[in-house]
Amino acid sequence: MAEVLVYVDHVDGAVRKPTLELLTLARRIGEPVALALGAGAEATAATLGEHGAVRVLTADAPEFADYLVVPKVDALKAAYDSVSPAAVLLPSSGEAKEIAARLAVRIGSGLITDAVDLEAGADGPVATQSAFAAAYTTKSRVSKGTPVITVKPNSAPVEPSAAAGTVEPLAVSFGNTATGTKVVSREPRESSGRPELTEAAIVVSGGRGVNGAENFAIIEALADSLGAAVGASRAAVDAGWYPHSNQVGQTGKSVSPQLYIASGISGAIQHRAGMQTSKTIVAINKDAEAPIFDLVDFGIVGDLFTVVPQLTDEVKTRKG
Amino acid sequence: MSLRIVVCVKYVPDAAGDRSFADDLTVDREDADGLLSELDEYAVEQALQIADDADDAEITVLTVGPEDAKDALRKALSMGADKAVHVEDDDLHGTDAVGTSLVLAKAIEKTGYDLVVCGMASTDGTMGVLPAMLAERLGVPQVTLLSEVSVEDGTVKGRRDGDAATERLEARLPAVVSVTDQSGEARYPSFKGIMAAKKKPVESLDLGDLDIDTDEVGLEGAWTAVDAVAERPARTQGTIVKDEGEGGKQLAAYLAEQKFV
Ligand SMILES: Cc1cc2nc3c(=O)[nH]c(=O)nc-3n(C[C@H](O)[C@H](O)[C@H](O)COP(=O)(O)OP(=O)(O)OC[C@H]3O[C@@H](n4cnc5c(N)ncnc54)[C@H](O)[C@@H]3O)c2cc1C
Ligand SMILES: Nc1ncnc2c1ncn2[C@@H]1O[C@H](COP(=O)(O)O)[C@@H](O)[C@H]1O
Repeated sequence: MAEVLVYVDHVDGAVRKPTLELLTLARRIGEPVALALGAGAEATAATLGEHGAVRVLTADAPEFADYLVVPKVDALKAAYDSVSPAAVLLPSSGEAKEIAARLAVRIGSGLITDAVDLEAGADGPVATQSAFAAAYTTKSRVSKGTPVITVKPNSAPVEPSAAAGTVEPLAVSFGNTATGTKVVSREPRESSGRPELTEAAIVVSGGRGVNGAENFAIIEALADSLGAAVGASRAAVDAGWYPHSNQVGQTGKSVSPQLYIASGISGAIQHRAGMQTSKTIVAINKDAEAPIFDLVDFGIVGDLFTVVPQLTDEVKTRKG
Repeated sequence: MSLRIVVCVKYVPDAAGDRSFADDLTVDREDADGLLSELDEYAVEQALQIADDADDAEITVLTVGPEDAKDALRKALSMGADKAVHVEDDDLHGTDAVGTSLVLAKAIEKTGYDLVVCGMASTDGTMGVLPAMLAERLGVPQVTLLSEVSVEDGTVKGRRDGDAATERLEARLPAVVSVTDQSGEARYPSFKGIMAAKKKPVESLDLGDLDIDTDEVGLEGAWTAVDAVAERPARTQGTIVKDEGEGGKQLAAYLAEQKFV
C-alpha cells in the first residue's frame, strides 16, 4: 500500500490534536509515515503509532529552532525522497503552510491549502475546501506531481488505530538557504490554561460591544463555565482589549467548534470567514439588525452586560 | 546605492460584494467589483515607511492579473509607490499559486530587487503561501508574517507573532518579507498622490517578455484542478428572542437542550 507522509506538529514530544486528525485522513489514502522534527521528536512515536503511523521518521538539529522554516523544508524534502509518498499532509498553521509551499515548489508539485476534508479518489486525493468566507465549498485535487495538502484543525475525528510506530532516524543535510533567516529571540506565548482556540469544542467570543479590556472578564467567566476557549473580533483586538492570538476571522484563527457564542459582535464578512462553519451558533447583540443573527441557531437581542452574566450563573447552577 | 523594493499586490473581488465562480470554476473576476486587496495595502504602507527611512529607495509595485488589475497598481501608486509593472497575458487565466509564483519570481528578477514585500494572504484565495514560494524560487531568505519590520544596513529585521511564540527575525538582503494587518494602518491616498499617480510609469509585460512557456501557467497548466463548486446552503435562521429579563436563562435552557450543558 502506498505511504502517505504526515508532517507532525508537536510541542516537546506532545503531539497536537490536528496532527492526529491528519493521521485519520492519511489512512483513507494509504499508510501513514510521520515526520517529527526538533526537541522531543522521538517521544511522539508512541502516540503517533497508536493513531496509525507505521513509521516515525525523526531528526533533531539546532537549525530547526535557530532559523526560520527552511531547515524544516530541507528535512521534509529528505523524508519525501526517502519515502516517495503518494501524498504529503501538513496541518494548516502559518508555519506549516509555508513549509508546504516551499516543498511544493521544490518538488514541482501542486499545493492545496486549508482542506476541511479529504477522500481517496480515482485521480488521487480529493480535498474539500471552503471559499469566499465559507459561502462556497469546492472539491479539488492536485493534477501535477505528488499532492501536498494542508488541512485545517477539526476536519476529521481522532481515531485510534494501532500501528508499529517504529522510530527511524532521518539523515538531513541542510542546503545553503537553510540559515538565511535567523531567529534572534523567541518568547513563548503564555498559556491561558483554557483550551486551544482552534481545537476547542466550544468558543466564546467578544467584540466591540464588550467595550473595554476589563469587561472581557465577563466573556472569560462564561467560557470557563462551559470549559470553552475565548475568541475576539478584530475590533476588540485592534482596541487592545484582547490578544491578537485570540482573533477569530480572516486574518485571525478560523474555528469550527460544536458551539460558537458571539457577544457584541456584528458579524462582518471577515469575522464570518473564521466561524461560519461552526456547528451551532449563538449570538447576543443589542441590535436586532446585526448580520450575525442571519447565522444563528439561537439569538438573544439584548445587552450582553445583563445576558452574559445571567447565562453564566445559570450554566453554573445547571452544572451544579 | 538605491534600495530597490518590489511590492507584490493583487487585484481581488470585493469581499463586500457578491463573490462567485465562473463556468470554468475559476474565481469570477469579470462580474465582480475589484480592488487592491486590503491586505496588500499593508505591504505598500510598510514599503513606503522602509523607503522613508532609507537614504535612497525606489518602490515598484507588481501585479499579475487581468486588465482591470491596473486599478490596484494605480491605488498603490497614489499611496506613494514610484512605478508599476503589470504582467498581463490571456494565457494567464486560471493560473494557480505555484504558477503565479513562477510568474511573479521572473518579473521580480527582471525588475531587479533588494527587498520584496508581500501581504500576508490574498483576500480571495487566502492561501498565504506566495511569499514563501517566492523566497524558494528566488533563493533568498524569507522573513514572513511580520507585525513589525525595518531595514538597516542591508539587514531586514522583524517580529513574527506565531501560534506558539513571538519571534524576532533577521536576514541579510536581498530577501522576501510579508507583513500582517497588525503592522500598522495603511495611509489613504492624498489628492496630490492621486494626481501624481496618473503620471507614474506602468510597464506591461507578457509571458514572452518573461520567457515563460504557456504550458506552465493558465488553467491547462495549473498544478491543481477544481472539479466541483457548490454554494453552501444558507444557514436557516433559528430562534431569536428579545431579552425581557430572562434572556440569559432562556439561552442556558437552549444550551442544555442541545446538551452543551
Ligand atoms: C482585510 C480585513 C481583514 C479582517 N479580518 C478580520 C478578522 O480576522 N476578524 C474579525 O473579527 N474582523 C476582521 N476584519 C474587520 C471586520 O470587517 C469588522 O470590522 C470587525 O469584525 C468588527 O468587529 P465587531 O463585530 O466586534 O465590531 P462592530 O462591527 O462595531 O460590532 C459591534 C457589535 O456589538 C453590538 N453591541 C454593542 N454594545 C453591546 C452591548 N452592550 N450588548 C450587546 N451587543 C452590543 C453592536 O450592536 C454591534 O453589532 C477584517 C477587515 C478587513 C478589511
Ligand atoms: N496575482 C498576484 N499579483 C501580485 N501579487 C500577488 C498575486 N497573488 C498573490 N500575491 C502576493 O502574495 C501574497 C500572498 O498571496 P496568497 O499566497 O495568494 O494568499 C499577497 O498578499 C500578495 O502580496
